[in-house]
Amino acid sequence: MIENNDKLWSEIDVTLETAHEVGLTDDEYSQVLEILGRKPTYTELGVYGVMWSEHCSYKNSIKQLKTLPRSGGRMLVDAGEENAGLIDIGDGYAICFKIESHNHPSAIEPFQGAATGVGGILRDIFSMGARPIAALNSLRFGELESGRIKYLMRGAVEGIGHYGNSFGVPTVGGEIYFDDCYHDNPLINAMAVGICKADKTASAAAAGPGNPVFIVGSSTGRDGIHGASLLASREFDEQTEDMRPTVQVGDPFAEKLLLEATLELIEADVVVAVQDMGAAGICCSTSEMSARTDVGMDVDLDKVPMREEGMSAYEIMLSESQERMLFIIEKGKEEKAIEICDKWDVPITLIGIITNDGILNIRREGKTVVQMDAEPLVLGGGAPQNDPKAIEPKYLKETRAFDTTNLKTDISLKDAFFKLISTPTIASKRWIFEQYDSQVRTNSVNIKGDAAVIRLKELPGKGIALCTDCNSRYTYLNPYNGAMSAVAEAARNVVCVGAEPVAITNCLNFGNPDDPEVFWTFKEAIKGMGDACRALGTPVTGGNVSFHNESRNRAVNPTPTIGMLGLIDDLNKTMSLNFKKEGDEIYILGNDRQEFGGSEYLKQIHGTISGEAPIIDIEEEKRLQKATLTAIRSSVVNSAHDTAEGGIAVCLAEKSFGKNKLGCEVELSGELTAAKLFGESQSRIVVSLDSAKVAELKTICDNNNVPMTKLGTVVNDKFEIKGCFETTVAEIEKEYEDAIPSRMQQ
Amino acid sequence: MKYGVVVFPGSNCDHDAITATSVYAGAETVEIWHKDTSIPEGIDCIIIPGGFSFGDYLRSGAIARVSPIMKEVIKFANNGGHVLGICNGFQILTEAGLLPGTLQRNESIHFICKDVHLKTINNSSAFTTKLKNDTVIKIPIAHQEGNFFAEPETISELEDNNRVIFRYCDENGNVSKEANPNGSINNIAGIINEKGNVLGMMPHPERYCDPILGCADGLAVFESLNTNLSK
Repeated sequence: MIENNDKLWSEIDVTLETAHEVGLTDDEYSQVLEILGRKPTYTELGVYGVMWSEHCSYKNSIKQLKTLPRSGGRMLVDAGEENAGLIDIGDGYAICFKIESHNHPSAIEPFQGAATGVGGILRDIFSMGARPIAALNSLRFGELESGRIKYLMRGAVEGIGHYGNSFGVPTVGGEIYFDDCYHDNPLINAMAVGICKADKTASAAAAGPGNPVFIVGSSTGRDGIHGASLLASREFDEQTEDMRPTVQVGDPFAEKLLLEATLELIEADVVVAVQDMGAAGICCSTSEMSARTDVGMDVDLDKVPMREEGMSAYEIMLSESQERMLFIIEKGKEEKAIEICDKWDVPITLIGIITNDGILNIRREGKTVVQMDAEPLVLGGGAPQNDPKAIEPKYLKETRAFDTTNLKTDISLKDAFFKLISTPTIASKRWIFEQYDSQVRTNSVNIKGDAAVIRLKELPGKGIALCTDCNSRYTYLNPYNGAMSAVAEAARNVVCVGAEPVAITNCLNFGNPDDPEVFWTFKEAIKGMGDACRALGTPVTGGNVSFHNESRNRAVNPTPTIGMLGLIDDLNKTMSLNFKKEGDEIYILGNDRQEFGGSEYLKQIHGTISGEAPIIDIEEEKRLQKATLTAIRSSVVNSAHDTAEGGIAVCLAEKSFGKNKLGCEVELSGELTAAKLFGESQSRIVVSLDSAKVAELKTICDNNNVPMTKLGTVVNDKFEIKGCFETTVAEIEKEYEDAIPSRMQQ
Repeated sequence: MKYGVVVFPGSNCDHDAITATSVYAGAETVEIWHKDTSIPEGIDCIIIPGGFSFGDYLRSGAIARVSPIMKEVIKFANNGGHVLGICNGFQILTEAGLLPGTLQRNESIHFICKDVHLKTINNSSAFTTKLKNDTVIKIPIAHQEGNFFAEPETISELEDNNRVIFRYCDENGNVSKEANPNGSINNIAGIINEKGNVLGMMPHPERYCDPILGCADGLAVFESLNTNLSK
């Protein structure tokens, strides 16, 4: 065995067993020995363990991710290069945005898990020099029946509110799904969006030997050690509960101070580089920042402000204490930096210096505990890049064979409609969104539509549209089509509010990548996402992969959540979803294939998630979006809303809700079937418009080769589907509004 | 007309108050840092904005009360200067003793962000002359501790002396239990001090000053101040 370098100090002797304890495989440990040419110290081993973990290295996903369209268009940095994606919106400004998961911590401690998820993604945004202007979240829980699921949802929602409300970022949108596959492993995906001057962004690439390295923000404690390597990078089992101490604790007030200090530091031109410390703390920020430009770093861990005594080098390096940043300050400008931090009462401490040899040199109590190249540690450098085996899952044979055409049920269409409208996945999410401050910063133009519309005070008259989307029933049944549909739906949603889709961020939630069936679904989903993004011209700006979302030998549905950014040139030409005027005609744009596979109806009425996922023809989708955007921008339509879970019937109901109590009288041609009412064929948008504008809409649709079909008329306070049922808007709205609160009160 | 907006480190509605007063109400507005020990010259009205002044982990406003600037704000108010506390600002004013009562946790326990309707009860204050008594305005709330409470004697004093400025009501102006979002006694949403120069309110008028956001009812508060305090 190769021995440690004499000058290096290891608190315990490293063996293959210790390597296993930090999450390294036999192969990976051999590679470490080879790279170093000696045995690592315990701290070095810890650094390798965490940097080569799935969470930090993307070792099982990076080869697939590279197939996505990750540059070009309005992108100012390529995906993965910086802390978050950056999109040029013209006039000297850029939008910075990203989505990230915090699934595993939230499953163990929902309040802090979700809160620190929000905190982490906000830091990614403001470490780029952008002020956060909006937050969204995509949440998935088991069925909202058991006490545990209610506890998880209550905690996660409170945690998101606690952090975002105090920090002062409006939470403006997102989605919530309930499905048994998320029972033990909820998904908490947090997205944040910021704005900055395009020429005033900060980089995460360290540079300039001799420049000082500062730690800014909260002190370092023992919280979150191994959060990335052990908690986020494996499945849930009996021991998971014991890992509660690996969940970090958030302090939104400290983050607010860190935000103001960071933006002021960047504005003052004293910053060479900055990276937030989330997963893997000091270890990740020092190695990633160094490796980006091949410089090295000399760091004295004794200088790091600690909140506990007796912390070892290993613990300091791996701590995931929140609300911290690593700053490289331009030499000579230290005093200015300290002055700004003092103003905001944010601790700033010199811990090291940039060197020119590419080596991380880290000391604790006068002893060198780490002395190695940064490059082999990181993604894009020497971190492993695997090509896991992929095999089509066996369950797909069964689900595809399921015949959706001859289903029998005693449940009437009316009863089915009321059941759907009151199922938590479809029902009103008011119980959740009213706990979030959605208006702070006074930019929220409309947050109740298919996508949130946010004005940009920096660019008068202009705005952005934001949403998150993924129907994981479709990705379960056909990961390629499902992922394509997720991108298409996200784009459709921003189009429905009058925005042009420009770029996405993604959060890829899957099971264990070592399971070939899981990995096959991952590969297929990436393929579908890439094809859809290329066709729609919406490149991938970055995001996050979360594997190991499984428990009791069951993986969650493949869930590639898409966060979409749309641009609005003229805020006076945005659109909302609800009916506006009695007498308006209602039309549906797009093809109805009357598909039943993977529908909410099948799940609720027949208790199965089966069949083939709805067909998605991306060219057809493009034509639909172009026609709709033209109709909105030329003020032809008075409302627009796409059909999704629950099909046409639920779409019409959602268009009827709101203050003005306008409902509809609808007559569908041909036989009234459940597939017609509740089928979830993609690429369809329901609009309402003045009779005088119908000819104009027809021209727009004809020009774009989009079919349009009349559904009915907007009427006062009535909801009628002829030949099926008639009721009042108030009655369906009551069911829709009561569903979640009544469950939460039980 | 010149406003001064006090900025605590955890204020997060400071920018909104500045935009509302300067862009939409057309006044001059300056920031006042919480560590400052004097109020700038020529200020006609001080706004204590919403947010989480010092994280509010202890009790909302309890730490902000002892910030250096608060001594000066108290002096300013005692000399007849006008002070408007919104949301966390209202909480701070009660902690600082400029207004009576306290803001307890909402009856529902939850943080609540939504539009509410307010009935103007007293339009003779400098903050409300542009509003008609008994008319209804729509203003959003966003708080977890907005449930106004005071001892019965204090409540009587407020009611008897016309010091309740706004009450929560429904869109038709009915002051009902259903229209009370947080459990406040007598649906109280905003009160003034005895001299009438300090107003505390939980709803956020600064959030509804631009029609593009769906409502501009809040502008009336700043326009009232502009009219009454401009030199």
